Amino acid sequence: MSTPPPALPAIVEASPLRRFAAEFAASRVALGAAVLLAAILFAALFAPLLSPQDPYDLATLDIMDSKLEPGARGAAGARFLLGTDEQGRDLLSAILHGLRISLGVGVMATLVAMAFGTLTGLASAWFGGRFDALLMRIVDLQLSFPAILVALVLLAVLGQGVDKVVLALVIVQWAYYARTVRGSALAERNREYIEAARCLALPAWRIVLRHLLPNCLPPLIVIATVQVAHAIALEATLSFLGLGMPITSPSLGLLIANGYTQLLSGKYWISFFPGIALVLTIVAINLVGDQLRDVLNPRLSR
Amino acid sequence: MLAFILRRLMQSIGVLFAMSLLVFIGVYAIGNPVDILVNPNADQQDIARAIAELGLDQPLHLQYWQFLSNALSGDLGRSFSTGIPALELIFQRMPATLELAAVSMLIAIALGIPLGLYAGLRPSSRLSKAIMAGSILGFSLPTFWVGLMLIMVFSVWLGWLPPTGRGDTVELFGVPVSFLTLDGWSHLLMPATNLALFNLALLVRLTRAGTREVMLQDYIRFARAKGLSDGRIVGVHVLKNILIPIVTIVGLEFGSVIAFAVVTESIFAWPGMGKLLIDSINQLDRPVIVAYVLLIVLMFVLINLVVDVLYSLLDPRIRLADAGGAR
Repeated sequence: MSTPPPALPAIVEASPLRRFAAEFAASRVALGAAVLLAAILFAALFAPLLSPQDPYDLATLDIMDSKLEPGARGAAGARFLLGTDEQGRDLLSAILHGLRISLGVGVMATLVAMAFGTLTGLASAWFGGRFDALLMRIVDLQLSFPAILVALVLLAVLGQGVDKVVLALVIVQWAYYARTVRGSALAERNREYIEAARCLALPAWRIVLRHLLPNCLPPLIVIATVQVAHAIALEATLSFLGLGMPITSPSLGLLIANGYTQLLSGKYWISFFPGIALVLTIVAINLVGDQLRDVLNPRLSR
Repeated sequence: MLAFILRRLMQSIGVLFAMSLLVFIGVYAIGNPVDILVNPNADQQDIARAIAELGLDQPLHLQYWQFLSNALSGDLGRSFSTGIPALELIFQRMPATLELAAVSMLIAIALGIPLGLYAGLRPSSRLSKAIMAGSILGFSLPTFWVGLMLIMVFSVWLGWLPPTGRGDTVELFGVPVSFLTLDGWSHLLMPATNLALFNLALLVRLTRAGTREVMLQDYIRFARAKGLSDGRIVGVHVLKNILIPIVTIVGLEFGSVIAFAVVTESIFAWPGMGKLLIDSINQLDRPVIVAYVLLIVLMFVLINLVVDVLYSLLDPRIRLADAGGAR
C-alpha cells in the first residue's frame, strides 16, 4: 500500500523579487498607493481610449457647454462628469490627457537626469582627484540653490517649450543622482569583488558598468521615485506661472492655471479636479518611494 | 580659523563671479529686447536710437564688462519697461517679500515645533499619527494649488479674507509694513500660511525625530530619576538639545522661503520681489531679472557662508576636513 507522499511544505528559497514584493506589501498604505499609482499610470497611458471626448479636437467642442458644473448635461446630451472649462471642454478628458503630459515630462526628465547624474557620479568616484573635487564643487553649488529658483531662471532664459522644461528639470535634478551614486560607488570601489574584477584585467568601463553600477542601484531607485514626484510638481508649478509647458501641451499645471481666472467667480471645478489628480499622483509616488526606501535599506531590515 | 573663513570667503566671491557671468550670458545672449521694447511702428532711426541708449549695440564681452563694473558700484541697469533703476525697483518690493517670509517662518515655527514635540513624545497616539500624515501632505501638496484652494474656501465661499493684494500699510522706520493694521493682517494671513506649509511639515518631522532620539538619552533618564517634572524635562532638557539642528534648518530655509515666495506672491498678487520677477520675465525686462538673480545669489552665498562658519565654530572636524585633514 502506497500513499502519495505528503505535499512538501514550500521551503524553496524565495526569489529576491518575490521577497521584495512581500516586504513591500507588508505596509497596507504602501500597497494601496502602489495600486493607485498603477491605476494612474494606466489612465495616463490609455488616455485617448479612456476619455469620453478628444479635448483638443475643436470639432467636438461646443461653446454652449462652456463652464458647466460637474455632472451637468451638455447641449448634445452628453454628461460631463467633472464639468467643463470655459471652452466647453470635458474636464475629465482634459485631465486624463494632462496627466499623460505631466507624467511623461516628469518621467522623461527623471530618466535623463538619472542617466547623466549616474554617469558623472560613477566617473567622479572612479577617477577621483581633481576631477572629483571639481564635480562635487559644482554639485554642492547647485544644491545650495532651491530647485524652483534655478528652474525659473533657466526657463526665463530658455523660453517656453516641452524640451526646455525637460532640460530645466534635468539640470535641476542631475546633482542629486551624481552625489548619491558617488557616495555609494566610493564605498563599493574598495570591495573585494572590484579588486577581483581588476585582477581579471577587465576594462574599466566594464568594471564600472557591470560590477560597480548594479551595487549602487538601490539608493538610486529610491531617489528616482521621489524625484519623479518632484519633477511633476515642479513642472506643474512652472506651467502655472506661465513659464513651463506651452499652451499646445496642456499639462495639469496649465489646466489649473486656466481655472485660476474662473475661481473667483465660484467655478471651482476647473482648478480643483486637475489639482486633485496632481495631488493623488504626487502622494502615491511619495508613499511608494517611502516604502521602497524602507525595503531597500539593508540597515533597516536587518 | 581665520584661514578657513578667508578661504570660504574667496570661494563665495568666486561663486558670485561665476554666477554673474552665467546669468549675464544667459539673459542677454538670447532673444532681442528691441522687439519688445520699441514700438513696432517705429522707424529705423528710432530703433537705432533705442539700441544705442540701452547699450545693446556693443559686443557682448564689452556689455558684460560694463555690466560688471556697474554692478560693483551698485548700478544694475535700468528697467527696460519703467526706466527706474533695477535695484531700486527690487528694493522697493523687498520689504513686502521679507515681511511675508518672516511671518510664514513664524507660523511654521509656532505650529511646527509644538506639533513635532507632541508627535515625538507620544509617537503611538492617534493625534500623532494624524500629525505625521498631515506632514506628508504638507510635503506632497503643490504650494500653488493649496494657495488656490485657500482662496476658494476663505475668499470665495466664506468671504472672510481678501484674495489678493497687500492691504493697508503703515510706515515703520520709513518702510511700509502690513502687520500693524487689521486690514494688513487679513491680506497677510493666507499667503503666509500657504508659504509656511512646507516648512511646517519639515519642522514637525525634524522636531519629532530629534525628540524621539533625545528621549532615549541617559541624561533624560537621569533627569527623571532626579524627580524633575515632565514640563521641565521637555522644556529644558529636550528642547535645548533638539534646537540646534532646528535653528540651522530655519536659517537655511529662510532663503528658500524667499525663493518660493515667487509662487505664492503670484497667486495672491502680493506686491513683492517674487511677483516682480515673474512680471519681468513675462516682459523680458532683463535688467530686473539679472538684478533679482544676482541679489538672490548674493543672499544664498551669504547664508551658506554664515552657516558654514557657525558650523565650523561648533564642530572643528568640518574645518579640518576642508583643509584636507593635513593640519
